[in-house]
Amino acid sequence: MNFDAIGEALPSFVEGLQVTAILLAASLSLGLVAAIPLALARRSPRAWLSKPVWLFTYVIRGTPMLVQLFLLYYGLAQFEVVRDSAAWPWLSSAWFCAIAAFAINTCAYTTEILAGALETTPAGEIEAARALGMSPALAMRRILLPSALRRAIPAYSNEAIMMLQGTSLASIVTLLDLTGAAREMNSVTYLPFEAFLTAAAFYLALTFVLVSLFHLAERRWLSHLAPRR
Amino acid sequence: MLHGYAASLLEGTGLTLAVAAASLAVACVLGLATAAARLSKSRLARALGATYTTVVRGVPDLVLMLLVFYGGQMAVNALAAQLGYAGFLDIDPFVAGIATIGFIFGAYLAETFRGAILAIPAGQREAGLAFGMGRLQVLLRITLPQMVRLALPGFTNNWLVLVKSTALVSIIGLNDMMQRAGQAAGATREPFTFYLAAAAIYLGITTVSLLALRTLERRYSLGVRRAA
Repeated sequence: MNFDAIGEALPSFVEGLQVTAILLAASLSLGLVAAIPLALARRSPRAWLSKPVWLFTYVIRGTPMLVQLFLLYYGLAQFEVVRDSAAWPWLSSAWFCAIAAFAINTCAYTTEILAGALETTPAGEIEAARALGMSPALAMRRILLPSALRRAIPAYSNEAIMMLQGTSLASIVTLLDLTGAAREMNSVTYLPFEAFLTAAAFYLALTFVLVSLFHLAERRWLSHLAPRR
Repeated sequence: MLHGYAASLLEGTGLTLAVAAASLAVACVLGLATAAARLSKSRLARALGATYTTVVRGVPDLVLMLLVFYGGQMAVNALAAQLGYAGFLDIDPFVAGIATIGFIFGAYLAETFRGAILAIPAGQREAGLAFGMGRLQVLLRITLPQMVRLALPGFTNNWLVLVKSTALVSIIGLNDMMQRAGQAAGATREPFTFYLAAAAIYLGITTVSLLALRTLERRYSLGVRRAA
């Protein structure tokens, strides 16, 4: 182990850490916000609402995120309409494509998690809302959604951790995230163990941070379902 | 529509499936061994198993793959130099890909297998022992057959994620379906068409796997009573 080389490369790893954190935060928050209405549509009794959402999550969850990223980053350039459009400076940037691909991906998984949580709402909660005279919309806003969002936290924490690891794909489309910093260090110094083990240590630390954050969230919002001691 | 690249894509699909199947075999062996280690009486074995599953599941596939590919190359050549070999050894991306994906999914499968073993009532094992079966016999005749049913749902998930992870082997230079799609995209300047074709093939693999494993699941659950 050449610790001097690691020390020298540390600043670029710290920059990479910031890029990874931004990619993760942006894609997770966009994905979650979009997933809430989609989960409601997925659970809707109207087929024209639920079927397209089902197809969306099935296709996204059935294909690798790498393909989705390449479709956006390399694929869109095929169409002249896209190249000539006003949005092209955005659509041709690696940052935009990476965040978009990651957000779409996590949105599909989150939609399924939320739809599952909505489906397993205890019947008593719905009956209580109805007995209090709440309209369906009010019951959704005040009872079903908050309850489902809470119960989705454990599954969602897994999704967030998978997403953290997924952001490493950003290095393939030239972004200098943690993995990008490691690849750069490897190609400059030819020290693969030092480079990739350092990146692995950073990811492992980030994973533990996420795990403890979600642990806190569960204690805050899910303690009413914890086993009694 | 695919400008004559369909055959190339299909050939790449074969390689993708070969990588996936070989990695799955490696992962199953590692997963069973690790599940056994995590359930054993030895504190050292339990600690090693827990470290393996925690570390591997906390680091991106891509990082591990690059580590095995570049690091493995260096380690193999250093070892060869020690043994007095003067030439340069190349690591085959096929072997590196299988080793890495197998190593990663061994950790995920270990958790699936461990959960399945824990879900088998202890009385089953005790009944086997009471009948005078040996411990190996109990494992082969009682534990493993019941474990299959309990592990199948988790196994299905792991397999689906594994197939999608094989797309990463194109990054270390393996001529799999993804890389062939990239080559065709470059030659025809139609990247969207070819990556969409790649997506469709992955979706096809996923769909067939789901249907097959669901049939298998039904087959293994024949003896289980379901409420309503």
